[in-house]
Order: sequence, then structure tokens, then C-alpha cells
Amino acid sequence: MSEAVSKLYKALRRILAEPMGAFGVALVVLMVFGAVFADILATAEPSDISPRDRFQGPSITHLLGTDHLGRDLFSRVLHGGRIALSVALFSIAASLVIGVVLGLIAGYGPRWLDNLMILVFDALKSFPTVMLALALVTLFGPSLTAVVVVVILVNVPGYARIIRTQTLALKSAQFVSAAQSMGAGTTRILRAHILPNVIGPLLILASMDIPVVIAIEAGMSFLGLGVRPPTPSWGAILNDGFAAIRDTPWIAVAGGLPIIVTTLGFTFLGETLRDVFDPRLKVR
Amino acid sequence: MILSINNVEVTFRVGPWFNRQPILGVAGVSFDVAPGETFALVGESGSGKTTLANAINGLQSISNGDVTFLGERIDTTSQRNMKPLRQQMAMMFQDPVGSLSPRMRVGDLVAEPFHIHKIKANIKEETERLLSLVGLSGDFANRYPHQLSGGQARRVGVARAIALNPKLIIADEPTAGLDVSVQGEVLNLLNDLRERMDLAMIIITHNLHVVHHVADRMAVMYLGRIVELGETESMFRAPAHPYTAALLSANPEPDPDKAKERISLPAEVPSLLARPSGCEFHTRCPWVQSRCKSDQPFANGEVRNIACHYPLSPGDKLPVKQSSI
Amino acid sequence: MNILEIQNLNVTFDTEDGQLRALRDVSFNVPEHRIVGIVGESGCGKSTLINSILGLLADNGQVEKGKILFEGQNLTELNSSQLRELRGVRISTVFQDPMGALNPVISVGTQMLHIQYRSSLSKSEKLDNAAEMLRRVRIPDRESALTRYPHEFSGGMKQRIAIAMAMMMEPALLIADEPTTALDATLEVATIELLQDLQQQIGCSVLFISHHLGVIAELCDDVVVMYAGEVVERGTTRQIFYRPMHPYTERLLQCDPAGQSERTRHLPTIPGEIPDLRLRTPGCIFAARCHCREDICDSTPPEVEIEGQSARCHRLVA
Repeated sequence: MSEAVSKLYKALRRILAEPMGAFGVALVVLMVFGAVFADILATAEPSDISPRDRFQGPSITHLLGTDHLGRDLFSRVLHGGRIALSVALFSIAASLVIGVVLGLIAGYGPRWLDNLMILVFDALKSFPTVMLALALVTLFGPSLTAVVVVVILVNVPGYARIIRTQTLALKSAQFVSAAQSMGAGTTRILRAHILPNVIGPLLILASMDIPVVIAIEAGMSFLGLGVRPPTPSWGAILNDGFAAIRDTPWIAVAGGLPIIVTTLGFTFLGETLRDVFDPRLKVR
Repeated sequence: MILSINNVEVTFRVGPWFNRQPILGVAGVSFDVAPGETFALVGESGSGKTTLANAINGLQSISNGDVTFLGERIDTTSQRNMKPLRQQMAMMFQDPVGSLSPRMRVGDLVAEPFHIHKIKANIKEETERLLSLVGLSGDFANRYPHQLSGGQARRVGVARAIALNPKLIIADEPTAGLDVSVQGEVLNLLNDLRERMDLAMIIITHNLHVVHHVADRMAVMYLGRIVELGETESMFRAPAHPYTAALLSANPEPDPDKAKERISLPAEVPSLLARPSGCEFHTRCPWVQSRCKSDQPFANGEVRNIACHYPLSPGDKLPVKQSSI
Repeated sequence: MNILEIQNLNVTFDTEDGQLRALRDVSFNVPEHRIVGIVGESGCGKSTLINSILGLLADNGQVEKGKILFEGQNLTELNSSQLRELRGVRISTVFQDPMGALNPVISVGTQMLHIQYRSSLSKSEKLDNAAEMLRRVRIPDRESALTRYPHEFSGGMKQRIAIAMAMMMEPALLIADEPTTALDATLEVATIELLQDLQQQIGCSVLFISHHLGVIAELCDDVVVMYAGEVVERGTTRQIFYRPMHPYTERLLQCDPAGQSERTRHLPTIPGEIPDLRLRTPGCIFAARCHCREDICDSTPPEVEIEGQSARCHRLVA
């Protein structure tokens, strides 16, 4: 256990040694801190409407001002961060699980199954994200579920393909033949011998997808296809702000700034992770 | 006999789907291995020795013939029935480090056979016992394969192979990629274990010097066929097949002044897609006669099997090229 | 005259766990028209040595001290473009894997033309040169071979084509790094004989690296024995094989299964592992594994020379 801790510590040191990595970590920590402690940090209930306080500028009581219903924007941004982060983490985790399983099956299974699965992945991938989102919303109605399903459908084919390619390459590796010769079954070979060797690069890529998911969630909520009011979401705040951008620009800023900050933070962090741990993926 | 293989053929299909061509990787090979015996399969790359090993191990399906291990036909048995037989037969692959799963620790690698066959044992104790048996201290259990030298990785492979007390070990190039000073260690270790555990071994190699020291009997393969099979010592003393003679003479020895009587062969090995007619060695044989081009010779003889129409006898003058250094 | 003189070469690498001394005080010569073999097991510094000569050390490696004199010119002082002028023209290389030297998507003939880009000959003359070179390495059917691609040749032929390309510009020095290791015994012998013939025709020197003692004995005039980044012994091939002075050379020769003509089930070995080059202590580099180790071995051993054969060992002083 202590070895794992020291490994983690070493990794963190290497990330912090890169200026871009340190900046990324700082932004991400800020964002996660805000999301986790939203209840304590929030100065008001995020959904409490107070018509008297509509369209107030930033002040001591309302750090980021209020919106057209008089809701405290600072609190809404914090709680919106919670939504954004949990949607991102949950849907990426689900995409990872599904993608890895499908990729292993495609890579290790018979040739015809592989061909069939590749066909399905390619078909899914050729679908524009927006179309997919619209189609799903007509099915489920605007909701968080729709957002999550869209993200999974968008990510799984890519993840599965990465795992499949590497599994194919490892299928004939000597250590896999050795396991077969000892009598190991397919599940054991996939779990103990192939998975640990293929998952690393995918985890790095997935971490770089977190900002993309946050943007998708914000985008769908902005269009009214995602989170339903009054639940706070950065996209929804941005939309509210757009309606009144001439008179009260701080609303749009309150919605847009956190999106930019988190996206930037996660992107920097992900790129540093990639450069530090998997230089092969580096684009020159 | 612990293992009998009889007329085994392995066919691969190559080419695009509309024009699949069958090629014979292993063409009608037969031999037996007795308990406690060390048998060597010798041949150059592409001679089918590794394919044959995989066929014996059941990793490669065979298109003809039969393989009998401990009285059971393993070429026709199901994967389920094969599993218990795999406890009795261990395979060591060519690459010492590459045959170890890179993200597993040595301790887990050595313990793997116990997990696969669900054998109840004090795994920690067993791993330590096995590691000390191959001359590695207990601290090695926590290392990863990339932290091992070639010789150490090979020892881990040996420890894993003997974990379940097998009757037969198939070792594919056990000394490949190892330094000279370490080759002896690994061969000595295998030999000690063979004596102690009454193991039978099949050693696959192109290193004739190794064969000379470890094998009781040897078979020389060419284009997927056994061209000569017999007692190691007598074959080294008096090779009968011209190919065996050429291989033996091509073995550079660490002695600068030793006069080298070499049989030089044309370097072009025929393709498996276009096997020569008659004796398949006739395209390179220095003693070729007209009959060799049309009639295929078949192995004959009780102690020594030779697939050649005109085998050499010990007194024969070799058509050699004297190289002077 | 010496084509190549390595004098007191020290090379270090900066690693995460400290500085690694890959080569320590390496000195030897490659005289004109001679084949010098370097023998050593993994981790002895053979690859570092080649890369230092070629100026291709990894970014974290540096020549700390010493000279590499090629035709009197110190290679460690040249910049990368001056080194590029030498590589492939005056110094050429053949590696274990011939595909490292052959471009898979360009035909053999075109590649052989590219090598002669500096020459002022016409294209057809250059093609004639290429065909002539293929004849020398005994490639059958030369005209069509020039139009074919590397993958259409067998492993042994590819290696011979790689040798032909290395010899094309008639270099002064050929560095051959385990060129026969991947080949089968019959092809190995053929390749050695070919190298010998070409070396005599062209009159170059060869630095031949191998761990195969039999090949070294057969091919080389002089031998340099390396262990853990040091040259422990050097001399003529006969001296090294018949009268080794350093205990490591002695043991190495004994270990080779090929050295035992009598059949034995128990082969000699050298117990122990090579030392960690990051924790270099003073004293003899081989002391920890040596069968005749004494207290004095903790101090740096002297270089003793007898009739042109020299070794680093205290034992020789007495």
C-alpha cells in the first residue's frame, strides 16, 4: 500500500514539475474543491427565488450578482460545478467500462465478431453529436440521462477501438501464449494479462475527455436539452445570461468563466499526464 | 513412452480469401519421448520446430496424425479435458522476459499455475520454495519482469514451469538471448531439476553446442520434416544425412587455429510454398544424384532414422571448402 | 597506422537514479586493414561505444573525457553536420537487423543510388556500381534484384544487401554490430566469409562486435574484451583465445558450451551479476565475481602489457 502511495507521490511531483501541469492541477483543485464543498461555500440556496433581488450586480452579499429570478449566481455556479463534475466523471467511467469490455471482446474474439463490432462502432461514430443529442432528447426528453447517454455513445466507439487495437497486438505476445499453455481460460487471460497492459494510455485519453464532456453538458443545457430548471447548470446560467447580456453581462460571465477555467485546467492536466507517462502519444 | 507423436502435419492457409493456399509447416513428423529423457529438436529458422512444439502443446491444431501424451490423445481432446493434462506438460517460450506478463510481479507469475488449476496450497510458501529451487532469493517475488536480467527472467520461467511437478517440459530456445556465462547456469539448472524430478524434456534449439551437452537423442528438421534422428553422441560423431553434416560443420568454434572443414551450402532455402520435388534437400545438397530429384526418401532404420537415399558413412570424404585463418 | 584510436574514453548517462558510468577509461586501436573484434556480454557497453563513435549518444549521455581519433581527427570535437559527412561515407555500419538500414518502401537499386549522391558519376554508371556491389555480395540475378524491394529478400540476403550498401562508398572503417546474430548457422558462416572477402578487396578496417566467441575467433585479427563498461583485456585473437590474461576472459572462454569438446552435463558458469554502473566503487570491476579475488583488488588494478597483449588485473603484477 505504502508503495502505491509513494508511486502516486512521485507521479504528482513529475506533473507539478511542468509549469502547464502545475497550472492545470491548481485549476482542477479549485474546481473540485468548489464542487465538493458547494453546500458550505454557497452563500444562499441555489434555487431560492427572490424577485426583489433580480439582476443585481456583484456585491458582498451576492459575489457574482443575481439572475433574472433573483437567484444567487455564486451559489448556482458552485452547485452547477457539482453537476458538471459528476456528469463528467460518471459518464466517462461508464464509457470506459463499456468501451474496455467491448474492445477486449473485439480484439480477442473471433474475426467475424471483430468485423461486426468495428462496423457498428464506425456507424455510431459517423453520427454527428448534435444529431445524436437531438434524437435522444426526443426519446427521453431533456434530462441528465440524455446527456449521459449522449456522452457514452460518443465515447465508447473510440475507447473500444483503442483497446481492440492493442489487444490484437498482444493476442500473439509470448506471455499470452505462455498463459494459454498453462491452461488459463479466456477471462483470466483478458483480466490478468491483457487488461493491465492496455488500460494505461486509455485512462490518459479519457482524462483529456473530461473537459469535452463538461462542454457537452453545458452545451446541451444551454440549448435546453440537458438539465431541467431549476437545477443549476453552467450551460443554463450562460443561457440566462445571454437573454440579458446587454444590461447585465455578469450573468453570462458567471456561466462562461467556470466552463473556460475547468476546461483549461483539465486539458492542461491531461496533456501533462500524457507527456509525462506516455510520450508515444505526444503530437509533435 | 510419455509422449508419442505420429505422422503429425500442420497446415497453414495463406493468401487472400479467394485464393487460399495451404502450406505444410510440419510435414509428417513422428517420434517418441521416454520418461526422464532429454530430446532435442534442431533446425534453422523456418524448419517448423516451434510450430511442432505448439502442436504438441495443443496451442496449434494439427491437420493430420496424432499426438499421445500420458496415454491420452491430445490432438482430439477438448479444451476442458486438456486442462488437467496441461498440469503435466509445461512450456517455456523463447523470449525470457517477453514470456512473462509485464505488469505482474514475479511472485504472482510463479503462483499463476496454482491459481489457474485452482490448487489449494500455501501460495506464499510455494513461491518461495520454487524461487529458491531456481536459485532466486525471496525478494525477487516483488520485482517486475523488466527489472530482471535475461538469466533471472529465464529462472522465473523455469520456476513457473516446474510449479505443478510436470512430467514433461518443452523448452523453446532456453538459452536464446542469454549471455554465454549465463547459458550454462540455465542448462545446469534444467539438468538438476530433470534428475531430481525425473522430468522428460524437449529442447528446441538451433545451438548445436547446447544440444551436444544436454540431449540424449536429437532430431534434425528441415522444411518441416525430420531428416535425421538418433542418439546425440553418435550423430555428432558420424552424421549420416548431408544436412546434419553441413549444420555440424557450420558451427563456429572458439579456436582461431582450428582447421575448418566446411561443407558450404547454397544459401537459398526453398520456400514452403514451393517444396522441391524428390528429396527436399536436393537443391542444396553437395552430393545430389539424379534419383534425389524425383524420389522422396523416407526415414528408415531402428536406432538412427535417416531420410536420405545416399547417407554418409563415417569414412566418407567430405566435399569441403578449406577455409584458412 | 591506426584508422581508429580510442583514448581514455569515459561516457556517462544522467538517469533519474543518479549518474551512470557506461564507459570507463576505454582505450584501444583499430589498425589499418585489420578486423578488430569486441567481445562482451549484455551491459558491457558495446552499444554505448558504437554510439559514441558515431556521435549518436542519447540526449542524457555525454563524453566526459577522452578522445575518439578517426584518421587523426577527434570525433568528439566535431559538430553534428561534420559527423554526418563522415557517417555512411568514411565510417559505415551494419546492424543485427538489416531492416534498420533498408527503407522498406524504396527499391534496392534506388537506395543504392541514393548512397552515391555525392558522386559525380552518371546515373547508369551508378547503377553499374550498384550491380557490381551486389555481385560482390553474391546476390543472384542482380539486374532484377535492383528493382525489387527489401521485403522480397530472405533474411540472409537482406543482411548481404545491407553489407553491400555499407561497403558501397568504400569506407575506411566498417562497424558491424552483431551482424550475424539473427542468422542461422549456415548463413552465419557464409556472412562471415563474405565480410572477410570484402574487407580484403576494399582494404578497410572492421570493428566487429559480437558475443559469439566462435565467430570472433574465426573472423578477427585482434580482440578487445569488455566487461561492465571497461576494457579488461586486449590482444591478438590467438593471444586472447590461447593465453587469456584476465580472469574474466579466462572464465568466459570456459563457459562457452562450444569450448567443451567433451560432452558434459554440468557446464561451467560465472556466478554473480554484473555490477550496478550507478554505484561504481573503486577497485577492479570484476572483483565481485572473480575466482582469484584478493584484498588488493579493492584498489584500481594496473594495466599490464606483455608482448602487445594487455589486461587490467593485479594478478599480472606478481
